Amino acid sequence: MSNGKASVRRPYVRPMRGWWRRDPFFVRYMAREATALAVLVYAIVLTVGVVRLAQGEAAWNGWLQALRSPASLLLHAVLLVSMVVHAHSWFDIMPKTMPIIFVGGRKLTAATIQRIGWAATVVVTCAVVALAWWARA
Amino acid sequence: MKRSNAPIFWLLFGAGGMLSALLGTALVLITGIAVPLGWTLPTDWMSYPRAQAFAQHWLGKGFLFVVIALFAWHAVHRIFHSLHDVGVHAGMAAKWVCYGTAAVLTVVAAVALLTIGF
Repeated sequence: MSNGKASVRRPYVRPMRGWWRRDPFFVRYMAREATALAVLVYAIVLTVGVVRLAQGEAAWNGWLQALRSPASLLLHAVLLVSMVVHAHSWFDIMPKTMPIIFVGGRKLTAATIQRIGWAATVVVTCAVVALAWWARA
Repeated sequence: MKRSNAPIFWLLFGAGGMLSALLGTALVLITGIAVPLGWTLPTDWMSYPRAQAFAQHWLGKGFLFVVIALFAWHAVHRIFHSLHDVGVHAGMAAKWVCYGTAAVLTVVAAVALLTIGF
């Protein structure tokens, strides 16, 4: 294509910057994908935690102290919202990512699969919080 | 024919996605907000003796390892496949950085948990 001279043609290239803001569907898609950052950050927070725990009491107390800082609380507030978005979107797309299930000869509807998933999240979240509360003494 | 390694990453992504969808909210709420603030749970809920006892028990140790590893593998797989959407070419280098991050977190967590002992 190139003949050594600068091309005088300037073909139109559709700008892709901010493409996902053009459609609410894409915004939801990007929000869903962005939750992965929160999941990664939380995995890093926990990894630092177990490393500090392995290093002894002083190191562990330093980690606990860091968790009490306003920056950490703000971060975890963002992580909490992201986790809720992740859980919701995870089961939202579940009907498309899992094999079709037949119950009593009828296809399990997308709405049923989503409701089971969201209900499972609510039940597990309540159970874990209740377990933590029970184990507080 | 060389077999694809995609199913392995996909499996880790799926398992981690499910686990984080079910547990993520509760865990962040407890370790990141409730305990640091002493809100409904006492601030010494994760005191050193308690945290150590939890991490020394095989169940607690296994739980921590599975949560960290699967959360990490889920996240990096999703990030890797979203790179194209934010205008980054997802080549082999990106793949190594993404999955490498998860591998490092997995190994570091495993070593730390083994150091804590039984």
